[in-house]
Amino acid sequence: MADQTFPIPGTPDVGLSRGAAVLEWLHSWVVTVDHKKLGILYVVYAIFFMLVAGAEAMAIRIQLAIPHNHFLSPELYNEFFTMHGTTMVFLVGMTFIFGFGNYLVPLMIGARDMAFPRLNAFSFWMTAFGGLLLYYSFIGGFGLYGMGSAPDVTWWAYAPLTERAFSPGHNTDYWALALIVTGFGTLGAAINTLATVFSMRCRGMTLFRMPLFVWLMTVTSGLTLITITPLTAAQVMLTIDRYLGGHFFDTQAGGSATVWMHFFWIFGHPEVYVLILPAFGIASEVIPVFSRKAIFGYPAMVAASIGIAFVSLSVWAHHMFTIGMTSVSNAFFALSTMMVGIPTGIKIFNWIATMWGGKIRFATPMLFCTAFLFQFLCAGLTGIMLAVAPWNWQLHNSYFVIAHFHYTLTGSFVFCMFAGIYYWYPKVTGRMLSETLGKWHFWLFFIGFHMTFDTMHFVGILGMPRSIYTYEPDRGWNTLNMIISVGGLIQAIAVLILAWNLIDSFLHGSAAGNDPWDAWTLEWSTPSPPPPYNFATDPVVRSRRPLWDIKHPNDPDWKYER
Amino acid sequence: MSSIPIFADENWRLPSRGRVAMFSLIIGESAIFTIFVVAYIYYIGRSTYGPTPQILDVPWFNTVCLLSSSISILFAERAIERGRMRSFGAWWALTMLLGIVFLAGTTVEWKRLIYTDGLSIRTNLFGTTFYSLVGLHATHVVVGLLMLSLVMIFTLLGRVEQRHAERIQVLSLYWHFVDAVWVVVFTVVYMVGR
Repeated sequence: MADQTFPIPGTPDVGLSRGAAVLEWLHSWVVTVDHKKLGILYVVYAIFFMLVAGAEAMAIRIQLAIPHNHFLSPELYNEFFTMHGTTMVFLVGMTFIFGFGNYLVPLMIGARDMAFPRLNAFSFWMTAFGGLLLYYSFIGGFGLYGMGSAPDVTWWAYAPLTERAFSPGHNTDYWALALIVTGFGTLGAAINTLATVFSMRCRGMTLFRMPLFVWLMTVTSGLTLITITPLTAAQVMLTIDRYLGGHFFDTQAGGSATVWMHFFWIFGHPEVYVLILPAFGIASEVIPVFSRKAIFGYPAMVAASIGIAFVSLSVWAHHMFTIGMTSVSNAFFALSTMMVGIPTGIKIFNWIATMWGGKIRFATPMLFCTAFLFQFLCAGLTGIMLAVAPWNWQLHNSYFVIAHFHYTLTGSFVFCMFAGIYYWYPKVTGRMLSETLGKWHFWLFFIGFHMTFDTMHFVGILGMPRSIYTYEPDRGWNTLNMIISVGGLIQAIAVLILAWNLIDSFLHGSAAGNDPWDAWTLEWSTPSPPPPYNFATDPVVRSRRPLWDIKHPNDPDWKYER
Repeated sequence: MSSIPIFADENWRLPSRGRVAMFSLIIGESAIFTIFVVAYIYYIGRSTYGPTPQILDVPWFNTVCLLSSSISILFAERAIERGRMRSFGAWWALTMLLGIVFLAGTTVEWKRLIYTDGLSIRTNLFGTTFYSLVGLHATHVVVGLLMLSLVMIFTLLGRVEQRHAERIQVLSLYWHFVDAVWVVVFTVVYMVGR
């Protein structure tokens, strides 16, 4: 069944009119079961929603730039920050990682396609329709007459606010149902990735010869299996409450709002590791290639990844220090959270050791990865600060927390995704992205990022709570908020440069060739873009860097690798 | 790693993708059930009004039926592996029958609870957690039965052959999982929680 794919109609019949050819081309994208096309669809979808959620963030920042602003109505403001968070996590983050995973995992392990191509297409379209359902909320209900019925209960949707009595209308239903739908898509993608990695590797590709990106996708998929499902379960409970009159989170009938918090963060905290682990994978591919050295401490990197996944399952309640848990729980979750620092520390040291003494070439992907290293370190350090329960009591739900997790999700995850886009774009399209525009993108985004999120730490410490519509001018937050908003604007310009670069280079970029970065993993042995069948002959692998072995037959890796 | 002969791996064998995928699905499903079971246990005795778990009768007959269907499907798996298609069909039909008897038993139980004891999903917290946990399991039985009946139809049409043994076994994994979950649900709802 895996062998049954549609022939890709790249060259329509000569007799076809122009309109028919376009239709044929569109049709080929809709019915495709090819992992590369689905990977591209995932990433394009992620970039589209990144622009949408970015626009929402800009509206939020304009609203907060000066005190007593009325750029947005309070209701729309609530909807925008809810949709910004929900979109960025579920429609941008998850689709980015499974897009990269879809495109690269089969190529990197020398496979023809994913294990289940049709499940793959099904997963993508479930995710896509979930996203459309979520955004339909803006025009659903009485949307066209007023502010729309978009979800407005924050992306963690605490009970009992989400109960029928407090959230009438369909705002919360859109949130729950859309995420159940995308959740099934994600579950399918995770199952598919695991089956591909364990059952489709080419001859000689043992588990410990797999590229680290494949390892990280494996760990992330395993984590997804037990992470996204609790959210689905909790949302089914919420839907039962809202539609069938259940009492799970109905505090008046003995239900508990705290239980929702636990269930949500049992999903919510591993989820950020689900996002960041593939980002680590991209850094682990880019940094060695641009340092001209093999990755330092490969087994330690694998062990640390699995360690992070395990530890991440026991840290969720550090989101809940302020609800009044027992001191034993506080101590347990503070300590377990700090333990995450150990495996992540191993990773950071290994990346630095890879760069140490290397012949570093600062092309755009490497710039993003280098910035990632330092920003991720800062994110980890503020994370450990927030893990200290008494400190957390002071700063919980302040902008300090916002700054912390944007350092992980923007400063680390998004930077690595950008690195991945610049690194693999030549493989996907056959054309190089413009380096000049790339450098502009990097430096503007870097400066904008630090203006925004460094400053957010300060307003957080000065006491500005998150999710507030506006603030009084005498709090001393005015200048800082203006700086944050200007930084946001600079980031927006940088992302628009990326969008322009993606389009312009696709049309006018210089030809890339098979292996523009002189890299070592299997995907670079195929033509750019790879043909539908990936490899003309099934590759055979003898070390972790199969292309190095081919390029240096006198000095192959497998002589030294143990 | 050096001990692995590099080019002598003529027998480069990897696990079946069907099994890997089904095990992954089962892990994911287990997480869903875990959340519902935790909710059930946490909410035991927290209903502020209405019927309590004491009204439940232990469904011994149901349980025996469902658990023995795991054994009959095991015989069906063996039969198809050895190519005995008639025996396979018989064991498969028995499995389906036992599953249907289980669902019928659940229906009778729920009917009594709703009409005699007045317990519905909106009555109180116990009703909410009971119907959602047992209902979640019953939904899985229904999905399992749908897939079993697909195989049954193809068996009757003579389309299922010995070479499909692998796929049948992957499907059976799901059925075994549904039975194993019942052991947990049964213990929690009818033994511990009552």
